[in-house]
Amino acid sequence: MIFLSLFFEFFKVGLFSVGGGLATIPFLYDLASRHPEWYTASDVADMIAISESTPGPIGVNMATYAGYQTAGIFGGAVATLGLIAPAIIIIFLVAKILNAFKDNKYVQSAFYGLRPASVGLILAALFGVVKIALVNIESTTIGGFFNIKAIILAVCLFVIQKIFPKLHPIALIGIAAVVGIVFKF
Amino acid sequence: MKELFDLFFTFMKIGAVSFGGGYAMLPILTREFCDKRGWVTDTELNDYFAIGQVTPGIIAANVATFIGNKRKGIIGGIAGTIGLVTVPVIIITLIAALLTNFADIEVVKHAFAGIRVCVCVLILSAILRLWKKSVPDIPALIICVLLFGLSAFGEYIPVIGEFISPVWLVLIAAFAGIIIQSIRTSKKNGGDGK
Repeated sequence: MIFLSLFFEFFKVGLFSVGGGLATIPFLYDLASRHPEWYTASDVADMIAISESTPGPIGVNMATYAGYQTAGIFGGAVATLGLIAPAIIIIFLVAKILNAFKDNKYVQSAFYGLRPASVGLILAALFGVVKIALVNIESTTIGGFFNIKAIILAVCLFVIQKIFPKLHPIALIGIAAVVGIVFKF
Repeated sequence: MKELFDLFFTFMKIGAVSFGGGYAMLPILTREFCDKRGWVTDTELNDYFAIGQVTPGIIAANVATFIGNKRKGIIGGIAGTIGLVTVPVIIITLIAALLTNFADIEVVKHAFAGIRVCVCVLILSAILRLWKKSVPDIPALIICVLLFGLSAFGEYIPVIGEFISPVWLVLIAAFAGIIIQSIRTSKKNGGDGK
């Protein structure tokens, strides 16, 4: 039964890829080698590129693509449900446990360490996007290293956000997309 | 029922613009669930992201489940997470069916170069907002800087570089939190055997 096997194979990808995003990629390659009739390793490389240009995590995108190729629209939906099912089940359990122990001294102390850790990882994620969006790592000259057009846009967007704090982040994304198209970023 | 639809459609909206990994959605989550609805606090959101790092599954789905679950139980968690993946599933199905060269289209390239710049700004403002409550003192700052450094540049460290993963870093940080706080309590109680 193709739907069951799509569901469980992507359930396993969802279960084992701890940390999300890029952590899914090795498991996606592994699945490609075991089920070459679903998708191939070069499809994964293409999907990494597509995922940079579409919303949504790469795991979800790969599951949808593989499911669609194998069993049509319904296949895409089933594979994606398989991928997200472990997250739902595990977080449901974690939330229950946390609720029971939220006043516990050790749990609170653990969160004292977890919160700055989380901010540090978000900073690292920011660094990763800045490397692609605002600078050219390969450039050898200072003028070529900084992507001036992009930096000006970043400063403008930041100022717009400060002047109009009520502006929805989605609107800001829309502005950036239009500027990107008009000024050929 | 109305809140379930609200959860589903809000996460659908967030899923439609969650470019550049789960973190870009943080400012939108803050706007929709902290400011507009008051369902979760900034600190809770940050906690959800930290836990999402060490639990299986995509971080975005973990966070959606947390928020939905807090508001409406398991059904809320399911509604939020399915809402989150709805638009990506539709878009990828369309691309797989019609536009296999989507990522090579000029207009798409330019739009996404612009969007990536915006993602930088959005993540930066999310960090500024979380900063005060999440990094209250020097030990916390050290944890933050270490985590940033190890996860941004860890791959360049010889030998141990390839073993550094966010999962271990976060677990170690939690453990460090417990140790730092225990030392503090024992000092405050004068119980450090002076």
